[in-house]
Amino acid sequence: MTTKRLLRSARTGLVMSTAAAALMLTTVAVDAETLRWARVGDALTMDPHSQNEGPTHTLNHHIYETLVGRAVDGALTPRLATDWGISDDDETVWVFTIREGVKFHDGSDMTVEDVVFSLDRARTTPSGMAALHAAVEEVTAVDDTTVHVRMSGPAPLYVQNLTNTFIMSKAWAEANGVETAPNFAAGEEAYSVRNTNGTGPYMLVERDPEVRTVLQVFEDHWDAAPEVTEIIYTPISEAATRVAALLSGEVDIVQDVPVQDIARLEQTDGIRVVRGPENRNIFFSYDMASDSLASSNAEGNPFASPEVREAMSLVIDRNAIQQVVMRGESQPSAAPLPPFVNGWTEEMHAFGDPDLARAQELMAEAGYGDGFSVQLDCPNDRYLNDEAICQALVGMLARIGVSVDLNAQTRSLHFPLIENWETDFYLLGWGVPTFDSQYVFDFLVHSREGSYGAFNGSRYSNPELDAKIEALATMTDLEERDALIAEIWDEVMEERIFLNVHNQVLAYAMRDDINLDVHPENQPRMTTVTFD
Amino acid sequence: MTDSTPEDRPNALVRAWDSDIAWSFRRSPLAIIAALVSLIIILAAVFAPWLAPHDPFDPGTLNLMDGFTPPMEPNAFTGNVYWLGTDNQGRDVFSTILYGARISLFVGFMAVLFAMVLGITLGLIAGYRGGWLDSLLMRVADVQLTFPSILLALLIFGVARGFIPPAYREAMAIWVLIVAIGLSDWVQYARVVRGATMVEKSKEYVQAARVIGAHPTKILVRHILPNVMGPVLVIATIGLALAIIAEATLSFLGVGVPPTQPSLGTLIRIGQGFLFSGEWWILLFPSLTLLALALSVNLLGDWLRDALNPRLR
Repeated sequence: MTTKRLLRSARTGLVMSTAAAALMLTTVAVDAETLRWARVGDALTMDPHSQNEGPTHTLNHHIYETLVGRAVDGALTPRLATDWGISDDDETVWVFTIREGVKFHDGSDMTVEDVVFSLDRARTTPSGMAALHAAVEEVTAVDDTTVHVRMSGPAPLYVQNLTNTFIMSKAWAEANGVETAPNFAAGEEAYSVRNTNGTGPYMLVERDPEVRTVLQVFEDHWDAAPEVTEIIYTPISEAATRVAALLSGEVDIVQDVPVQDIARLEQTDGIRVVRGPENRNIFFSYDMASDSLASSNAEGNPFASPEVREAMSLVIDRNAIQQVVMRGESQPSAAPLPPFVNGWTEEMHAFGDPDLARAQELMAEAGYGDGFSVQLDCPNDRYLNDEAICQALVGMLARIGVSVDLNAQTRSLHFPLIENWETDFYLLGWGVPTFDSQYVFDFLVHSREGSYGAFNGSRYSNPELDAKIEALATMTDLEERDALIAEIWDEVMEERIFLNVHNQVLAYAMRDDINLDVHPENQPRMTTVTFD
Repeated sequence: MTDSTPEDRPNALVRAWDSDIAWSFRRSPLAIIAALVSLIIILAAVFAPWLAPHDPFDPGTLNLMDGFTPPMEPNAFTGNVYWLGTDNQGRDVFSTILYGARISLFVGFMAVLFAMVLGITLGLIAGYRGGWLDSLLMRVADVQLTFPSILLALLIFGVARGFIPPAYREAMAIWVLIVAIGLSDWVQYARVVRGATMVEKSKEYVQAARVIGAHPTKILVRHILPNVMGPVLVIATIGLALAIIAEATLSFLGVGVPPTQPSLGTLIRIGQGFLFSGEWWILLFPSLTLLALALSVNLLGDWLRDALNPRLR
């Protein structure tokens, strides 16, 4: 009898707990939406200023916030700054009104002091963001909601540089010994590389680099709560595995869809593919200043010869790369900047058919008629089909006797080669978050000194051009400024510092009840995701 | 008197045909098929420069527009036809398989040779000398056996890359691969040889050699080595199949030979990226070749083990 009663009560208990569990499950299903997000690689660091790189910013934008944001249509939007403009009294001063009632993830309030601290940290080397703030002289807090940024001269476009400069907590940085950004190129490890304390819509709850990162919604965020409450971010470097993960329902969104799989995914039931051009161009560049090349058997430095650079531009078959390697998913272009960017012209964009005979003639004129060998460094997990693009170039260069050793590796090993001048010949893709040519010049063309030229792997150095580039930052007459930009581009194109391949076209694939637009900077925000 | 003259004695070929091994080989259809398949692949690889319609390792001869041509169908742009199609760079898959098998076989043979020489030497010394040297070598072997050999090869490959200056990296890649696979495989040989040596060294013929004052090196090489070679050959044959697979695995992981000189593993890695998009031939043909090669060499090893085992006769 006792046993029977015990059983009965156990059964009632079971029923009740099942009901409770079911109830809980339904509430969870209504409130919590987990989004499993996969892309080819991981953020290189969680530090907000250490490295200026797309996928790193993309993930950090969910945890940290910038003063101004960039909408999908390219317009600036208020974020931690509610208002901004050039001071009426002094045209060299930018005035930012800081949002009130913003909390960091550790519960402390964000103040103007944190904004001043963050902008100072971002413009101090070895921060990767320094070139964006090279014209800043001083950042001061005027009152509880106003920050003044004084420039070395009038800088009407400075606010465009702020879309990837994150605001962090001063107290947190001091408590953890990360008052300056860790040096990424030197591989410096610091607390802020794996831990975060931002004001963003999501908090970092789990970080296993290259494996899995989990973000949880931040309840005290100032903005409207997003539909996605949890993000599980998984880097999957193998293209086929990434697609298989989406097809099998293991992930919900794949950001870097391999071009060969777009057609198939579009035909698959339950999968939606969105496409759009990215504000990013893919190019080759080379050491054109050293006396000799470490990886080459050539006498002297062949890339220093204008004839060799011209010959290379004559053998690259951009259309073949577009049709075969990219399967049509790219915009071939000779212009080393995407058409989104101020300074782009149809003239720079245009290119002729490959001319092998002329290229061979030029090689002979340069004294390299028998060719030379060189190593090409290439990432294999950063841009769409990056390794295949490099391999295609190897074949094209072989026709003018350039024998290329291809060294394709992961981007965390590739980028330091460029930043440390350890590569003779490399592939790089450059996105332009400011939508202005000055950004390209500051990072890629200006001589490497101070905050300038961080990604100038060509070692190109021209003091006259440097002066012009620096002048751009403080020009108020935009027509005059555009004329100077054109002048600088003429010189850069004349010198052939870049061997441009194409502009990238993006595709995101996702479960078909998810809505997400292609972001021109390839920086999708999961806060904008909605579900059907 | 019927003193046999040299002319009467059957010649070497006939003797080989009449030997136990050959008899066992003739009786095993599986061994015959395996030997045939291995022989065809090995010959095709060796004569690749004469057999292959293209030289896939000369990037200057490739036309990117030939890329992704299906087998036996004309290319949409160039109209060229390829038996087994082309890969993403316009390389003829058939030629690339021949050249790739060449690299795979070369790495396999050299790695086995390297592991064999190292393993036999250390095994002979350990077995013959005994004592602390034996303990030391065998403990090292034990420790190494606890690591998966592919992991060890990855480690050796990574360390070696760090030491080699960039200009020589590509030229050295194959040798580094051979050393990496060889170093991760010597333990098997050392253990077997050590065991056999310990058995042999107490036998009378060795004792006799020692009594007449022969040098230990001479005893090891002239007397003991020939008597321990049987099991070593079996391991070497199976080891060849394993080394070929190890090379393919490393290349599949992208750490082996450079992408411009693909081995079978590299080809499989490239092909794997196009599985979903319908270009099945880039993956299928190199995989089948690797499968046929590894399987037939393995079957040969199995047969050899049985044939050399006196208890199974």
